Amino acid sequence: MQYLLLFYSDYEQSPEPGSPEEMAEIEGFIALDGEMREAGVLVGGEALEPPTTATTVRRTSGETLVIDGPFAETKEQLGGYAVIDVPDLDAALVWAAKLPHLDYGSVEVRPVMEMPG
Amino acid sequence: MNSHRAAIDRAYREEAGAVLATLIRQLGDFALAEDALHDAFAAAVIGWERDGVPDRPGAWLTTVARRRAIDRLRRERGLAERVRELGELGERSAALDELAADNGDAGPIADDQLRLIFTCCHPALAIEARVALTLRCLGGLTTPQLARAFLLSESTIAQRLVRAKRKIAVARIPYRVPEAGDLPERLTGVLAVVYLIFNEGYLASSGDALVRSELCDSSIRLGRLVAELLPQEPEARGLLALMLLTDSRRTARVGPGGQYVPLDEQDRSLWSTSQIEEGRAQLDLAVARRAPGRFQLQAAIAAVHADARSAAQTDWPQIAGLYEKLLEFDASPVVEVNRAVAVAFAGGDGLARLRPLLDDPRLAGYQPLHAAHAELLSRSGHRDAAATAYERAIELSSNGVEREWLRERAASAQARS
Repeated sequence: MQYLLLFYSDYEQSPEPGSPEEMAEIEGFIALDGEMREAGVLVGGEALEPPTTATTVRRTSGETLVIDGPFAETKEQLGGYAVIDVPDLDAALVWAAKLPHLDYGSVEVRPVMEMPG
Repeated sequence: MNSHRAAIDRAYREEAGAVLATLIRQLGDFALAEDALHDAFAAAVIGWERDGVPDRPGAWLTTVARRRAIDRLRRERGLAERVRELGELGERSAALDELAADNGDAGPIADDQLRLIFTCCHPALAIEARVALTLRCLGGLTTPQLARAFLLSESTIAQRLVRAKRKIAVARIPYRVPEAGDLPERLTGVLAVVYLIFNEGYLASSGDALVRSELCDSSIRLGRLVAELLPQEPEARGLLALMLLTDSRRTARVGPGGQYVPLDEQDRSLWSTSQIEEGRAQLDLAVARRAPGRFQLQAAIAAVHADARSAAQTDWPQIAGLYEKLLEFDASPVVEVNRAVAVAFAGGDGLARLRPLLDDPRLAGYQPLHAAHAELLSRSGHRDAAATAYERAIELSSNGVEREWLRERAASAQARS
């Protein structure tokens, strides 16, 4: 069964770009990526550019709006994702707990809808 | 009462959990298992009156429920899926009918109940869902009883249960006992749910009723089940001991007019000696494993109270020492409050220990802190300060019976001088 792991971070607390902490974190993500591939669970995943580069599309009263920024100005913002294929939620949670950014962020684990056929 | 109705009620309280657990494993579907069990009980109402109560009600219910599950699948699913599932079920059914014929094999049933407990208490479920599901599936409570116990409508409870089961199915919360590595943390979670239920019944967080006995009985039943299923876990026994020792005071805790009677004023002849004995026995078994924990320590404190023939004979130094140890396992500000009080009653400077807690933001709305503060102030002759502290405690209390008692306490503290 597939689960989408959404990585949320508090960008005010995350490591400065170019800092040794950031390097360590990137290495952590690379290592985890390798671990997931080796275990045969990784379906896909990417890091995302920061929320300042996001654009949101909405429609209200029939009018399509294009707005600068992420869909909501929350403290934690989406920074990346991975899709893994594992037998059950416990297995997914074990992988989620390994994410390197958890000191200042969180991981949402969402089951991917299984389509019949 | 008809003996067959009594048998059904007993089967519901004592066997339904085990049967449900087995059905979930056999059918691989929580909701289907529950519906099938419901059908089986409906069949029992008619069948047991007509044919008499079976020798082994649990086995009867399991067999009938399985057949009803097959009926439901026939009615509800698409043809290809039905054929596949019926085939699987048929194979499993045959193997399991053999197993059911094998008398007294507690192994698979025990495993199933453990699986069910851990699933109902899974951390991925909201705590209210864990409580409702555990009580419904294993605690022997019906939806109306749950609604009364938590002062919610039946439809709210029903919705909560439906959502929880849906999450279990859709997110694929596995139906299994956690691996050895995860077991300690997950067991802590299970015990926390059971203790929460007990406290809900014993303390009644709102309203005027002081105790909700159905919840206490249910949580003690659950505690016994966990302790029996995991005999090598001393904290499970510790929790059971704690609940038994605490519950032993249930009758003494409520006065003739429904008012709250605190520990030091209780008529100790009303304490249940059988519960105290069972509680002590469970605690002894737990302690023998030499792996202390918060529930064992809390039970030990309750046991020291149970040992005292009167409030004046309470071994407060021992209790203070136990709270000291408890802080190592549960560094909560609430335990600090209790420790301060024990120290005071043991003759030490409890007020000094209590004062820093008054500024602790974690204890902001905590009425017992102010009640304890008031009590210690009163005992050391600070009348006005005690009155203020009692005011604060009364403000913070959400329980009418408790408020009444606090007012009386405040009044008698004023009179004393």
